Amino acid sequence: MPAPLLRAIDIHKSYDQTEVLKGIDLEVYQGQVVALIGSSGSGKTTFLRCVNLLEEYQQGEIDLDGQPIGYRMANGRRQRLSERAVSAQRARIGFVFQSFNLFPHMTAEQNVMLGLTKVRGMASGEARERARSWLDRVGLSQRRDHYPYQLSGGQQQRVAIARAVAMEPRLVLFDEVTSALDPELVAEVLGVMQDLAKSGMTMIVVSHEMLFVRDVADRVVFMDGGRIVQEGPPAQVFKNPESERLRAFLGRFHGLFGA
Amino acid sequence: MFSFERGTFLGEVWIARFSLMNAMATTVELSFYIIVSGTLLGALLGVVLVYAAWPFRLLVRVYVDVMRGIPVLVLIFFWFFGLAFFKIHVSAFWSGVMAIGAFCAAHMAETVRGAIQSIPQGQTEAAKAIGMTFVPRLWYVILPQAARRVVPPWVNTAVEMVKATTLLSIIGVVELLLATQQAVARNYMIIEFYLAAAFCFFVINFTLSQIGAYLERRFAYMRY
Ligand SMILES: Nc1ncnc2c1ncn2[C@@H]1O[C@H](COP(=O)(O)OP(=O)(O)OP(=O)(O)O)[C@@H](O)[C@H]1O
Ligand SMILES: [Mg+2]
Repeated sequence: MPAPLLRAIDIHKSYDQTEVLKGIDLEVYQGQVVALIGSSGSGKTTFLRCVNLLEEYQQGEIDLDGQPIGYRMANGRRQRLSERAVSAQRARIGFVFQSFNLFPHMTAEQNVMLGLTKVRGMASGEARERARSWLDRVGLSQRRDHYPYQLSGGQQQRVAIARAVAMEPRLVLFDEVTSALDPELVAEVLGVMQDLAKSGMTMIVVSHEMLFVRDVADRVVFMDGGRIVQEGPPAQVFKNPESERLRAFLGRFHGLFGA
Repeated sequence: MFSFERGTFLGEVWIARFSLMNAMATTVELSFYIIVSGTLLGALLGVVLVYAAWPFRLLVRVYVDVMRGIPVLVLIFFWFFGLAFFKIHVSAFWSGVMAIGAFCAAHMAETVRGAIQSIPQGQTEAAKAIGMTFVPRLWYVILPQAARRVVPPWVNTAVEMVKATTLLSIIGVVELLLATQQAVARNYMIIEFYLAAAFCFFVINFTLSQIGAYLERRFAYMRY
């Protein structure tokens, strides 16, 4: 087995006095789609934010491509890396937010181009070409000159996905990206994600769309109370929930997984 | 009706024309320097108020609150007589620009701070997520959005600054108000000349609010 693309080792994270992540260990291999499920407050978002270095954590290590990110050891003490170093590492990890967070003062195309020109240092012609090809890929070639307010939620989220993947990250994190969408717009976004998964993108997906998880994920990770309680292939996790918590959680998705 | 003879309104304006035009130019120049320097310094201080380490924030916070708590006239005397006391020779014009400019910067700093803080945190996070460092994040993502929110209060502050330039008549800057006073002292056409001066201020401030309205239209695409 090759080395994992991402390895999280014993991540602990507290807000003030409350510990939200109580020792998360997770390995994600190149090309895998890992679905993170769990009830509200179980720490899924917090974990993704730690991976993308949007959040600091008190203990543990995250390795990307075998290299620790976010912190380094200096004289036996754990030290946060500089803003510049952290930014460079973030550029290698994409993040798609529940609330899209498109830049409202830029068109769809400019949203996708910004990171390419300002972070990757690409010339604007090349960046524009790449932005267009990604907008094509997510089905928005007709909408590239639209501002976010002129787009539906599903379209905005597809632009956000294009913005993340255009950077050619090693790994993309999706945090409940369809939760803010009207039901009829969910499918178009999931379709794009499925397409990315097929093309071999490594993804960690927090989602309550259990059909999508069942069909697309290679591995399902169930979190509860800041811990990973069970993980495995979807068929196994869904058929043989080992804990009462997971049984109760799955029970909410009315008979989707048999009796 | 339109008589330019001595003793008529237009005649007296004609006699005082060079003095009045110079004064108008002085008022416009004062306003320009005050608003431009106040805006630039204010933007910088606003950014410090939001992002800098606490000692810098504290320092700027004290500056802003002190400036906003003192009557402008006191600030003007302070600069004008203060500089003279230390044998620093600065003309009344420029000490006026510094005094009102410093006051303007304090107000702008608050405005910019508020505008930046009203931008959803998700904007910063989205920029971070694609790997942008602080300065580009500020420049390409945060400030353009803040600019739009700054426009309406910016116009208000700018208008206040134009009006505040009249206070400089007290330290002898021959701006519109002082020139009007001087003309009135000769011809006693009090109502007419002060009305005319008021009209000139209105024109300057109307222009400013038109600039504001134009900028707001320019930024209208930035909707949520
Ligand atoms: N900024 C914060 N300050 C304090 N506590 C926080 C903060 N963000 C999250 N928490 C707490 O951390 C815990 C985990 O939150 P998190 O958002 O990671 O859960 P989640 O699994 O993503 O839930 P959801 O399904 O509702 O999105 C919750 O108890 C939450 O209240
Ligand atoms: Mg969440």
